[in-house]
Amino acid sequence: MKVLGDGESLNQSLEKAGRVEDFFEFGELMVRDALHREESCGGHFRVEHQTEEGEALRNDDDFAYVAAWEYSGDVSAPTLHKEDLEFEAVQLAQRSYK
Amino acid sequence: MKVTLKVWRQQGPDVRGAFETYDVDDVSPDMSILELFDVLNDRLIVDDVEPIAFDHDCREGICGSCSMMINGRPHGPELGTATCQLHMRKFEDGAHITVEPWRARAFPILKDLCVDRSAFDRIIEAGGYITAPTGTAPDANLILVPKEVSDTAMDAAACIGCGACVAACPNSAAQLFTAAKLEHLNLLPQGQPERWGRTVAMVDEMERWFGSCTNHGECEAACPKEISIDFIALMNRDYIRAQFKQRRLASQT
Repeated sequence: MKVLGDGESLNQSLEKAGRVEDFFEFGELMVRDALHREESCGGHFRVEHQTEEGEALRNDDDFAYVAAWEYSGDVSAPTLHKEDLEFEAVQLAQRSYK
Repeated sequence: MKVTLKVWRQQGPDVRGAFETYDVDDVSPDMSILELFDVLNDRLIVDDVEPIAFDHDCREGICGSCSMMINGRPHGPELGTATCQLHMRKFEDGAHITVEPWRARAFPILKDLCVDRSAFDRIIEAGGYITAPTGTAPDANLILVPKEVSDTAMDAAACIGCGACVAACPNSAAQLFTAAKLEHLNLLPQGQPERWGRTVAMVDEMERWFGSCTNHGECEAACPKEISIDFIALMNRDYIRAQFKQRRLASQT
Protein backbone atom coordinates (compact mmCIF):
# COMPACT_ATOMS: atom_id res chain seq x y z
CA MET A 1 0.00 0.00 0.00
CA LYS A 2 1.33 3.38 -1.04
CA VAL A 3 0.47 6.46 1.01
CA LEU A 4 1.41 9.88 -0.31
CA GLY A 5 1.35 13.19 1.55
CA ASP A 6 1.70 13.49 5.32
CA GLY A 7 -0.35 13.56 8.49
CA GLU A 8 -0.31 17.35 8.76
CA SER A 9 -3.47 17.90 6.73
CA LEU A 10 -6.51 15.89 5.62
CA ASN A 11 -5.14 12.68 4.11
CA GLN A 12 -7.74 10.13 3.00
CA SER A 13 -5.08 7.58 1.90
CA LEU A 14 -3.60 7.67 5.40
CA GLU A 15 -7.08 7.15 6.91
CA LYS A 16 -7.56 4.09 4.67
CA ALA A 17 -4.12 2.73 5.56
CA GLY A 18 -4.98 3.08 9.25
CA ARG A 19 -8.19 1.15 8.72
CA VAL A 20 -6.40 -1.64 6.82
CA GLU A 21 -3.90 -1.90 9.68
CA ASP A 22 -6.77 -2.13 12.18
CA PHE A 23 -8.35 -4.97 10.20
CA PHE A 24 -5.06 -6.88 10.10
CA GLU A 25 -4.54 -6.45 13.84
CA PHE A 26 -8.09 -7.47 14.58
CA GLY A 27 -7.86 -10.48 12.23
CA GLU A 28 -4.64 -11.56 13.90
CA LEU A 29 -6.19 -11.28 17.34
CA MET A 30 -9.22 -13.36 16.30
CA VAL A 31 -6.95 -16.12 15.00
CA ARG A 32 -4.84 -15.93 18.15
CA ASP A 33 -7.96 -16.31 20.30
CA ALA A 34 -9.25 -19.19 18.15
CA LEU A 35 -5.94 -21.04 18.44
CA HIS A 36 -5.89 -20.49 22.19
CA ARG A 37 -9.38 -21.92 22.68
CA GLU A 38 -8.78 -25.68 22.63
CA GLU A 39 -12.37 -26.75 22.03
CA SER A 40 -15.23 -26.37 19.56
CA CYS A 41 -18.11 -24.17 20.65
CA GLY A 42 -20.88 -22.68 18.52
CA GLY A 43 -19.45 -20.94 15.50
CA HIS A 44 -15.92 -21.76 16.69
CA PHE A 45 -15.30 -25.23 15.26
CA ARG A 46 -11.92 -26.96 15.24
CA VAL A 47 -11.60 -30.32 13.48
CA GLU A 48 -9.37 -31.71 16.24
CA HIS A 49 -12.14 -31.04 18.78
CA GLN A 50 -15.18 -32.94 17.57
CA THR A 51 -17.29 -35.87 18.68
CA GLU A 52 -17.28 -39.15 16.81
CA GLU A 53 -20.39 -37.92 15.01
CA GLY A 54 -18.65 -34.73 13.85
CA GLU A 55 -20.40 -32.43 16.35
CA ALA A 56 -18.72 -29.63 18.29
CA LEU A 57 -16.85 -30.95 21.33
CA ARG A 58 -16.73 -28.40 24.14
CA ASN A 59 -14.23 -28.25 26.98
CA ASP A 60 -16.19 -26.56 29.74
CA ASP A 61 -13.60 -27.33 32.41
CA ASP A 62 -11.00 -25.10 30.77
CA PHE A 63 -12.87 -22.71 28.49
CA ALA A 64 -16.22 -21.75 30.02
CA TYR A 65 -15.27 -18.09 29.89
CA VAL A 66 -15.42 -15.06 27.65
CA ALA A 67 -11.98 -13.88 26.58
CA ALA A 68 -11.03 -10.21 26.57
CA TRP A 69 -7.60 -9.43 25.16
CA GLU A 70 -5.82 -6.36 26.43
CA TYR A 71 -3.27 -4.50 24.35
CA SER A 72 0.00 -4.91 26.24
CA GLY A 73 2.12 -2.55 24.15
CA ASP A 74 3.14 -5.45 21.91
CA VAL A 75 0.56 -6.40 19.26
CA SER A 76 1.79 -10.00 19.16
CA ALA A 77 1.53 -10.55 22.94
CA PRO A 78 -1.86 -9.38 24.24
CA THR A 79 -2.86 -10.09 27.84
CA LEU A 80 -5.78 -12.48 28.38
CA HIS A 81 -8.57 -11.56 30.78
CA LYS A 82 -11.18 -14.22 31.55
CA GLU A 83 -14.77 -13.53 32.41
CA ASP A 84 -16.23 -16.79 33.71
CA LEU A 85 -19.62 -17.86 32.43
CA GLU A 86 -21.94 -18.53 35.36
CA PHE A 87 -25.17 -20.35 34.73
CA GLU A 88 -27.89 -19.87 37.35
CA ALA A 89 -31.37 -20.45 35.95
CA VAL A 90 -30.41 -22.75 33.10
CA GLN A 91 -27.52 -25.16 33.50
CA LEU A 92 -24.91 -25.76 30.84
CA ALA A 93 -25.81 -28.71 28.64
CA GLN A 94 -24.81 -30.34 25.39
CA ARG A 95 -27.27 -29.51 22.67
CA SER A 96 -28.28 -32.11 20.13
CA TYR A 97 -30.02 -31.35 16.89
CA LYS A 98 -30.84 -35.00 16.30
CA MET B 1 -14.90 6.54 -23.62
CA LYS B 2 -12.43 9.33 -22.84
CA VAL B 3 -12.95 12.40 -20.71
CA THR B 4 -10.88 15.39 -19.67
CA LEU B 5 -11.33 16.41 -16.06
CA LYS B 6 -10.56 19.89 -14.81
CA VAL B 7 -10.41 19.49 -11.03
CA TRP B 8 -9.95 22.01 -8.23
CA ARG B 9 -6.87 21.10 -6.18
CA GLN B 10 -6.21 22.81 -2.88
CA GLN B 11 -3.77 21.48 -0.30
CA GLY B 12 -5.52 22.97 2.73
CA PRO B 13 -7.94 25.61 4.02
CA ASP B 14 -5.42 28.45 3.95
CA VAL B 15 -3.52 27.48 0.83
CA ARG B 16 -4.18 28.94 -2.59
CA GLY B 17 -5.83 26.44 -4.93
CA ALA B 18 -5.80 25.94 -8.69
CA PHE B 19 -7.37 23.84 -11.41
CA GLU B 20 -5.50 20.78 -12.64
CA THR B 21 -6.35 18.97 -15.85
CA TYR B 22 -6.39 15.18 -16.10
CA ASP B 23 -7.13 13.07 -19.17
CA VAL B 24 -8.76 9.74 -18.37
CA ASP B 25 -8.95 7.08 -21.07
CA ASP B 26 -10.81 3.75 -20.84
CA VAL B 27 -13.75 5.24 -18.95
CA SER B 28 -16.67 2.83 -18.70
CA PRO B 29 -20.04 4.45 -19.40
CA ASP B 30 -21.40 2.42 -16.46
CA MET B 31 -19.09 4.12 -13.96
CA SER B 32 -20.45 6.76 -11.64
CA ILE B 33 -18.40 9.94 -11.57
CA LEU B 34 -17.13 8.91 -8.12
CA GLU B 35 -15.81 5.67 -9.60
CA LEU B 36 -14.09 7.75 -12.27
CA PHE B 37 -12.35 9.59 -9.45
CA ASP B 38 -11.41 6.23 -7.85
CA VAL B 39 -9.79 5.13 -11.12
CA LEU B 40 -8.04 8.48 -11.56
CA ASN B 41 -6.80 8.43 -7.95
CA ASP B 42 -5.37 4.91 -8.34
CA ARG B 43 -3.45 6.18 -11.35
CA LEU B 44 -2.28 9.35 -9.57
CA ILE B 45 -0.93 7.28 -6.64
CA VAL B 46 1.11 5.13 -9.04
CA ASP B 47 2.46 8.36 -10.58
CA ASP B 48 3.42 9.70 -7.10
CA VAL B 49 0.78 12.40 -7.23
CA GLU B 50 -1.35 12.87 -4.11
CA PRO B 51 -4.86 11.54 -4.83
CA ILE B 52 -7.78 13.97 -5.06
CA ALA B 53 -9.62 14.24 -1.75
CA PHE B 54 -13.40 13.97 -2.16
CA ASP B 55 -16.27 13.07 0.16
CA HIS B 56 -18.31 9.92 -0.44
CA ASP B 57 -19.90 7.20 1.63
CA CYS B 58 -23.03 5.23 0.70
CA ARG B 59 -22.82 5.81 -3.07
CA GLU B 60 -26.56 5.24 -3.40
CA GLY B 61 -27.87 8.76 -2.95
CA ILE B 62 -28.97 8.58 0.68
CA CYS B 63 -26.06 9.70 2.85
CA GLY B 64 -25.44 13.22 1.57
CA SER B 65 -21.65 12.92 1.67
CA CYS B 66 -20.79 13.40 -1.98
CA SER B 67 -20.59 17.01 -2.96
CA MET B 68 -19.18 17.97 -6.32
CA MET B 69 -19.89 21.06 -8.36
CA ILE B 70 -19.94 19.47 -11.83
CA ASN B 71 -19.87 21.82 -14.79
CA GLY B 72 -21.07 24.59 -12.50
CA ARG B 73 -24.03 22.67 -11.10
CA PRO B 74 -24.21 20.96 -7.70
CA HIS B 75 -24.33 17.17 -8.28
CA GLY B 76 -24.09 17.76 -12.04
CA PRO B 77 -26.59 18.14 -14.86
CA GLU B 78 -29.05 15.36 -13.92
CA LEU B 79 -32.15 16.40 -11.97
CA GLY B 80 -32.98 14.73 -8.66
CA THR B 81 -29.72 12.82 -8.28
CA ALA B 82 -26.67 13.07 -6.05
CA THR B 83 -23.11 13.05 -7.45
CA CYS B 84 -22.81 9.32 -6.79
CA GLN B 85 -25.83 8.63 -9.02
CA LEU B 86 -24.39 10.51 -11.99
CA HIS B 87 -23.06 8.01 -14.51
CA MET B 88 -20.51 8.62 -17.23
CA ARG B 89 -23.03 7.59 -19.92
CA LYS B 90 -24.67 10.97 -19.32
CA PHE B 91 -21.59 12.64 -20.82
CA GLU B 92 -20.40 12.73 -24.42
CA ASP B 93 -17.27 10.79 -25.36
CA GLY B 94 -14.37 13.24 -25.12
CA ALA B 95 -16.30 15.53 -22.75
CA HIS B 96 -14.54 18.20 -20.73
CA ILE B 97 -15.86 18.09 -17.18
CA THR B 98 -15.10 20.77 -14.60
CA VAL B 99 -15.30 19.64 -10.97
CA GLU B 100 -15.17 22.06 -8.06
CA PRO B 101 -15.99 21.85 -4.35
CA TRP B 102 -19.15 23.42 -2.90
CA ARG B 103 -18.68 27.17 -2.99
CA ALA B 104 -19.99 28.95 0.10
CA ARG B 105 -18.35 30.99 2.86
CA ALA B 106 -20.04 28.81 5.50
CA PHE B 107 -18.44 25.70 3.93
CA PRO B 108 -14.66 26.30 4.09
CA ILE B 109 -12.56 24.02 1.89
CA LEU B 110 -10.66 21.37 3.85
CA LYS B 111 -8.78 19.93 0.90
CA ASP B 112 -9.42 19.60 -2.86
CA LEU B 113 -13.13 18.78 -3.15
CA CYS B 114 -13.84 18.30 0.58
CA VAL B 115 -15.58 21.10 2.43
CA ASP B 116 -16.47 21.48 6.10
CA ARG B 117 -20.26 21.37 6.37
CA SER B 118 -20.44 21.52 10.16
CA ALA B 119 -22.48 24.75 9.97
CA PHE B 120 -25.35 22.38 9.09
CA ASP B 121 -24.68 20.45 12.29
CA ARG B 122 -24.98 23.68 14.28
CA ILE B 123 -28.48 24.22 12.80
CA ILE B 124 -29.55 20.67 13.67
CA GLU B 125 -28.13 21.02 17.19
CA ALA B 126 -30.22 24.18 17.63
CA GLY B 127 -33.49 22.27 17.30
CA GLY B 128 -33.57 19.56 14.63
CA TYR B 129 -34.92 16.90 16.98
CA ILE B 130 -37.86 16.08 19.21
CA THR B 131 -37.68 15.39 22.93
CA ALA B 132 -39.52 12.22 23.92
CA PRO B 133 -39.19 9.76 26.78
CA THR B 134 -37.55 6.54 25.70
CA GLY B 135 -39.08 3.18 26.49
CA THR B 136 -41.74 1.12 24.80
CA ALA B 137 -42.89 2.72 21.57
CA PRO B 138 -46.55 3.81 21.72
CA ASP B 139 -49.04 2.08 19.47
CA ALA B 140 -48.64 3.39 15.94
CA ASN B 141 -52.37 4.13 15.60
CA LEU B 142 -52.60 6.11 18.83
CA ILE B 143 -51.82 9.42 17.13
CA LEU B 144 -53.69 9.74 13.85
CA VAL B 145 -51.92 11.72 11.12
CA PRO B 146 -53.78 12.68 7.93
CA LYS B 147 -52.22 11.09 4.84
CA GLU B 148 -51.56 14.48 3.20
CA VAL B 149 -49.67 15.63 6.30
CA SER B 150 -47.52 12.53 6.62
CA ASP B 151 -46.76 12.64 2.88
CA THR B 152 -45.67 16.28 3.12
CA ALA B 153 -43.57 15.58 6.21
CA MET B 154 -41.91 12.69 4.39
CA ASP B 155 -41.16 14.93 1.40
CA ALA B 156 -39.29 17.29 3.75
CA ALA B 157 -37.63 14.40 5.59
CA ALA B 158 -36.10 13.24 2.30
CA CYS B 159 -33.37 15.90 2.81
CA ILE B 160 -29.98 14.19 2.99
CA GLY B 161 -28.18 17.35 4.16
CA CYS B 162 -25.69 17.41 1.29
CA GLY B 163 -25.55 21.20 0.95
CA ALA B 164 -26.33 21.40 -2.77
CA CYS B 165 -28.98 24.04 -1.98
CA VAL B 166 -26.34 26.28 -0.40
CA ALA B 167 -23.86 25.67 -3.22
CA ALA B 168 -26.50 26.51 -5.85
CA CYS B 169 -27.69 29.69 -4.14
CA PRO B 170 -26.18 33.01 -5.30
CA ASN B 171 -26.51 34.17 -1.66
CA SER B 172 -25.17 30.92 -0.14
CA ALA B 173 -28.42 30.73 1.80
CA ALA B 174 -29.42 27.58 3.68
CA GLN B 175 -33.16 28.18 3.71
CA LEU B 176 -34.10 24.98 1.87
CA PHE B 177 -32.01 22.75 4.15
CA THR B 178 -33.24 24.46 7.31
CA ALA B 179 -36.86 24.48 6.14
CA ALA B 180 -36.75 20.75 5.31
CA LYS B 181 -35.17 19.86 8.66
CA LEU B 182 -37.61 22.13 10.52
CA GLU B 183 -40.86 21.34 8.75
CA HIS B 184 -40.63 17.56 8.75
CA LEU B 185 -40.92 17.90 12.53
CA ASN B 186 -43.22 20.94 12.67
CA LEU B 187 -45.81 19.26 10.44
CA LEU B 188 -46.25 16.20 12.64
CA PRO B 189 -48.02 15.91 16.01
CA GLN B 190 -44.79 14.71 17.65
CA GLY B 191 -43.09 17.97 16.69
CA GLN B 192 -45.70 20.28 18.22
CA PRO B 193 -44.50 20.67 21.84
CA GLU B 194 -41.19 22.24 20.75
CA ARG B 195 -42.43 23.78 17.51
CA TRP B 196 -42.04 27.48 18.26
CA GLY B 197 -38.79 27.31 20.19
CA ARG B 198 -37.34 25.01 17.53
CA THR B 199 -38.35 27.37 14.74
CA VAL B 200 -36.71 30.43 16.28
CA ALA B 201 -33.59 28.54 17.35
CA MET B 202 -32.95 26.89 13.97
CA VAL B 203 -33.70 29.99 11.89
CA ASP B 204 -31.54 32.21 14.11
CA GLU B 205 -28.67 29.69 13.98
CA MET B 206 -29.01 29.52 10.17
CA GLU B 207 -28.75 33.32 9.98
CA ARG B 208 -25.47 33.20 11.92
CA TRP B 209 -23.78 31.19 9.19
CA PHE B 210 -25.52 31.65 5.87
CA GLY B 211 -26.75 34.34 3.50
CA SER B 212 -30.36 35.33 3.10
CA CYS B 213 -32.99 33.90 0.78
CA THR B 214 -34.14 36.07 -2.10
CA ASN B 215 -36.34 33.45 -3.76
CA HIS B 216 -34.09 32.55 -6.68
CA GLY B 217 -35.24 28.93 -6.52
CA GLU B 218 -31.83 27.57 -7.54
CA CYS B 219 -31.88 25.36 -4.42
CA GLU B 220 -34.95 23.44 -5.52
CA ALA B 221 -33.44 22.88 -8.99
CA ALA B 222 -30.20 21.55 -7.48
CA CYS B 223 -31.70 19.43 -4.70
CA PRO B 224 -31.00 15.71 -5.29
CA LYS B 225 -34.21 14.95 -3.41
CA GLU B 226 -36.22 17.60 -5.32
CA ILE B 227 -37.45 19.23 -2.12
CA SER B 228 -39.88 22.05 -2.87
CA ILE B 229 -39.22 25.65 -1.85
CA ASP B 230 -42.79 25.59 -0.54
CA PHE B 231 -41.14 24.42 2.69
CA ILE B 232 -39.32 27.76 2.89
CA ALA B 233 -42.72 29.48 2.87
CA LEU B 234 -43.87 27.16 5.68
CA MET B 235 -40.71 27.98 7.64
CA ASN B 236 -41.23 31.73 7.19
CA ARG B 237 -44.85 31.36 8.32
CA ASP B 238 -43.77 29.41 11.40
CA TYR B 239 -41.03 31.95 12.19
CA ILE B 240 -43.47 34.87 12.17
CA ARG B 241 -46.00 32.91 14.22
CA ALA B 242 -43.27 31.87 16.66
CA GLN B 243 -42.37 35.49 17.34
CA PHE B 244 -46.00 36.22 18.12
CA LYS B 245 -46.47 33.11 20.28
CA GLN B 246 -43.38 33.74 22.31
CA ARG B 247 -44.31 37.35 23.02
CA ARG B 248 -47.61 36.16 24.44
CA LEU B 249 -45.99 33.45 26.53
CA ALA B 250 -43.29 35.77 27.86
CA SER B 251 -45.82 37.44 30.19
CA GLN B 252 -46.60 34.09 31.80
CA THR B 253 -43.07 33.11 32.81
